[in-house]
Amino acid sequence: MYAGGTDLLVRLRKNPVNPFPLVCLGQIKELKGVRESPEGAFIGACSSHASLLSNPIIRYAFPVLAKGLQVLGSPPIRNMGTIGGNICTASPAGDTLPPLYVLDAVLEIRSQNAVRRIAIKDFIVGPGQQRLNKGEILAGIWLKNDPDFNIHHFEKVGQRNALAISVASLSALLKVSESGIIERVRLAWGSVAPTIVSPTNVEAALKGHFLSKDTLQKVMPLLREAISPIDDIRATAAYRRTVAGNILLRLLASFPYKEGYGT
Amino acid sequence: MKISFTLNGKKIRVDVPPDRRVLDLLREDLSLTGTKEGCGTGECGACTILVNGESRLSCLMLAAQLEGCHVTTIEGVSSAKKLHPVQEAFIEHGAVQCGFCTPGAVLAAIDLLQRNAEPTRQDIREALSGNLCRCTGYQKIVDAVQGGSAKLKKGQTS
Ligand SMILES: Cc1cc2nc3c(=O)[nH]c(=O)nc-3n(C[C@H](O)[C@H](O)[C@H](O)COP(=O)(O)OP(=O)(O)OC[C@H]3O[C@@H](n4cnc5c(N)ncnc54)[C@H](O)[C@@H]3O)c2cc1C
Ligand code: FES
Ligand code: FES
Repeated sequence: MYAGGTDLLVRLRKNPVNPFPLVCLGQIKELKGVRESPEGAFIGACSSHASLLSNPIIRYAFPVLAKGLQVLGSPPIRNMGTIGGNICTASPAGDTLPPLYVLDAVLEIRSQNAVRRIAIKDFIVGPGQQRLNKGEILAGIWLKNDPDFNIHHFEKVGQRNALAISVASLSALLKVSESGIIERVRLAWGSVAPTIVSPTNVEAALKGHFLSKDTLQKVMPLLREAISPIDDIRATAAYRRTVAGNILLRLLASFPYKEGYGT
Repeated sequence: MKISFTLNGKKIRVDVPPDRRVLDLLREDLSLTGTKEGCGTGECGACTILVNGESRLSCLMLAAQLEGCHVTTIEGVSSAKKLHPVQEAFIEHGAVQCGFCTPGAVLAAIDLLQRNAEPTRQDIREALSGNLCRCTGYQKIVDAVQGGSAKLKKGQTS
């Protein structure tokens, strides 16, 4: 089974499988596009990254996801690859995953005669591993618009701008009060552990505090415990550890007020 | 398996094994060797084709995915007598050295210019960021795409 084929065909080249019973989901209309309903927005699993990037609902209601899509692969990869494929591939470097974690995405899984829903954080269990049973497909993703958040942050550190698999990335949604207090915060790191890391203790430690370098520095020990980066061809574990902390500090850059505001 | 699609304006029907890549279908079965294979893993853009006007990588597509689609390869962008304005601009700006990346870069440029008739240099760099060139250093390719954009505009007004 495949959708865009951008992960599958690379894998098949390395390990050809025979016989070849492949089902392409890519042309099923019901699995494409974004629909709004009272329950929230439903994104068809087989929507290409490019189609989502040009979709006004995604751009305006879910900018953190749009920012992740923007840096995924290259233009032809974005034309071909799908959001469902990115989720099912379950790579810790998947660029749509940290945004979907902070948005508390709920996945709709369908089989011939059943539908179930599961939170993305419960669906992905390890690198390349997700809870998809035989006969099931990912039909789409449910997202709730939460206009409360006033900072929508995504940053990916790679080796170059295009076609770079991330070395580490951070997605963040924050509600910061006018006086600079963090009232709500959701954080998710990519590429720093076998799955996406969204540490609730780090979030809790930030809540109620003034958004400043000091506050962010204070949670570094908690962050270091939450992540378990690896050495690979793209970066060393030690480098990833440093970057994971540094990109958290870069949150300040998307904060509209100057440091020391209100104190 | 039998599939039907439109290739460079002509309807065709082919019988291919289900694991045939589009790249092999084009080059080996249909002798359209303008589409190149660089990496075979989606990273270089040499195998770029247009499917329903959008740039795609033929090394990462299976033939069956073309069913019912409109496909343009580099062989389909010029007419017998005249090159496409973007091709002319590539030649005039010296944007071709060994030429291996050129078919893919030209198609990616055509895709861009269809969506954005007057791209900035940054737009061009982004749109062609999936097309690697080992020879030219990209400046001349960006110049050529701008040149192509100007030619297309002139063509429309004259
Ligand atoms: C050159 C290159 C660069 C890349 N760069 C990036 C990058 O920067 N960031 C990034 O995150 N990814 C990147 N990728 C990976 C890839 O493009 C994405 O993960 C893409 O989103 C996968 O989608 P797809 O539809 O092509 O997946 P496919 O290859 O079609 O499928 C992948 C897997 O998911 C399963 N699957 C797909 N859809 C469904 C469904 N609806 N239900 C159940 N199972 C399903 C398939 O069975 C298969 O096992 C890159 C890939 C290449 C080749
Ligand atoms: S051969 Fe297809 S991208 Fe390199
Ligand atoms: S001209 Fe040789 S690779 Fe671009």
